[in-house]
Amino acid sequence: MSTAEATAVPPAGAADQPARSPGAIPAWLRLLRSELRLVFRRLRNLALLAVLAALPVLLGIALRLAAPRGGDGDAGSSFISQLAGNGVFLAFIAITLMIALVLPLAIAVVSGDSVAGEAGLGTLRYLLTVPAGRTRLLAAKYVAIVVFGLSACCVVVAAALATGAALFPVGPVTLLSGNTVPLGQGLLRVLFVTLYVAGAMAALGAIGLAVSTFTEHPIGAIATVLVLAVVSEIADNIPQFAVVHPYLPSHWWLFFDSLLRTPIATTDLLHGLLSFGAYAVVFCAIAWARFTSTDVTA
Amino acid sequence: MSAAGTDTGPAAHAGPGAGASAGPPGPPGSPAPAITTSGLTKRFRGGQLAVDDLGLAVPRGSVYGFLGPNGSGKTTTIRMLLGLIYPTRGSVRLLGDPVPGAAARVLPRVGSLVEGPAFYPYLSGRANLARIDAADRTADPRMAAARIDAALDRVGLLSAAKKRYRAYSLGMKQRLAISTSLLQPRELIILDEPTNGLDPQGTREVRSLIREIATDGVTVLVSSHLLAEVEQICTHVGVMRTGRLVFQGTLDELRSLGSRRIVIRTAQLGEAAQTLTALGLTDVRSADSEVSAQLSDQAPERICRELVLAGVGVAGLDTPRPNLEDLFVGLTGEGFDVDG
Repeated sequence: MSTAEATAVPPAGAADQPARSPGAIPAWLRLLRSELRLVFRRLRNLALLAVLAALPVLLGIALRLAAPRGGDGDAGSSFISQLAGNGVFLAFIAITLMIALVLPLAIAVVSGDSVAGEAGLGTLRYLLTVPAGRTRLLAAKYVAIVVFGLSACCVVVAAALATGAALFPVGPVTLLSGNTVPLGQGLLRVLFVTLYVAGAMAALGAIGLAVSTFTEHPIGAIATVLVLAVVSEIADNIPQFAVVHPYLPSHWWLFFDSLLRTPIATTDLLHGLLSFGAYAVVFCAIAWARFTSTDVTA
Repeated sequence: MSAAGTDTGPAAHAGPGAGASAGPPGPPGSPAPAITTSGLTKRFRGGQLAVDDLGLAVPRGSVYGFLGPNGSGKTTTIRMLLGLIYPTRGSVRLLGDPVPGAAARVLPRVGSLVEGPAFYPYLSGRANLARIDAADRTADPRMAAARIDAALDRVGLLSAAKKRYRAYSLGMKQRLAISTSLLQPRELIILDEPTNGLDPQGTREVRSLIREIATDGVTVLVSSHLLAEVEQICTHVGVMRTGRLVFQGTLDELRSLGSRRIVIRTAQLGEAAQTLTALGLTDVRSADSEVSAQLSDQAPERICRELVLAGVGVAGLDTPRPNLEDLFVGLTGEGFDVDG
């Protein structure tokens, strides 16, 4: 690569030895950085994150306005009654509400767009002839999806915590099981919930990545992922389908409430994480098999 | 131009090419041809046979015009050369290495533009190139900025580097696409319809850029359905028709396919025609003050002498080059899209 940089000078210096090229891992990290920049600088994705940040704020205001004066009202769900006593609970409420649709939507957009968007624009053929390497590119894309999912969860939680702290009292956290833990431990549990939900979104992201390798139309891929998520949630609520419930991608999403009890029901959490891991592995494998064997005609 | 433009045959050409590109770490002596394919076939899932038993041979250092009407399989072939499409049968070797098998090793030495420019519309020209550069595992990240600016400068886009791609004119988009192949020193550059949709000014710019690239000893394969483009810059041509290669060779070899004629300007049309017929020339035609005939293996000098001996006053004698366009239409059939 010694003369490689001087491209303005005749590239007759083709006598370069590929010796000075960077190692495989730094080079892949560079591709990943480029991928992350693409995801996080895209106006559409930033708008999604803004919506994710705004909803907990609106939710907090609405609940503040509706909160019973005395503070010992026993109306509403257990979450909401806890909120009156502690702003930290707004994070759990926000996650619980947003995991139903808004978070999956954000992940569907980014994951569905990942390969299909590049194919639709035609940039895929430019990347592959560089050559970016199909497996290498797919790996960078999936990591970027996971990072975006984690960021989305963090944005929701951070906005909820800030709003909760501003509008409600903050102090030792009374859990759903009735025990009270210090604020620090309460926040630690918030962190675990965030990571758990990010895991759920990483699994959904793998489904999105796989769908994305089958089409050149990002909108179609995004819609497919979202429909899959919603259908899974509906099926999960139909008792007749009880046999398949544990295998549905969305079944374990809400089991993070185990983290709000003492003792923590680790069995459910582990089941959930196992399910997310299985979905991620299977769908990444499908994405890989498809992407590395398909003709790029876009 | 001089280096690449010499109209020697393919075999003779491999020599100088060898010196110019000290190239691959393969065996010493003559390097592998820039591109060879054998039996290359692509049948799409719909059953359509896009490319049929193609045997390309692109010598090093040549500027190879890859011609054919729209839909004759040029782009499918180019996509197979670059590992974007997997062949149904047959094999591809670029610079001696098999594709797609050794694509990761060989493609960094190959620049390409496939089927028009395609970039992120919301990114600037520079950011788009940075994206391409970041995908290259052989690229030294510390020099990325200098490399990108040099590539932009070479296609005259440095002043528009910060502009969003969306705001680029068609010519600028095309030039940005070409600049991706200039990010690294290359041994082979494959350009698919590089002047498609450009105005005459843009076409000229691209053509001179290709000449410049070729002057540096880089092998260039340029596909086109425009004859004029190829005739002006290429040393070799391959002509495709419905998925098959109907001609491959140097431009001169192509011309020699066509029948050459001899044209004599004279006042004595009758005598001239008689002499030509007597010499065994066929298809003798007279018009105005000219007599022309099909030339086979007779030397024009001899014909001139015979005419003079026969008392014909020769005011002028010409053996015009055969019209390439007619040859192409002949090779590629009715569907040839001459106007683009």
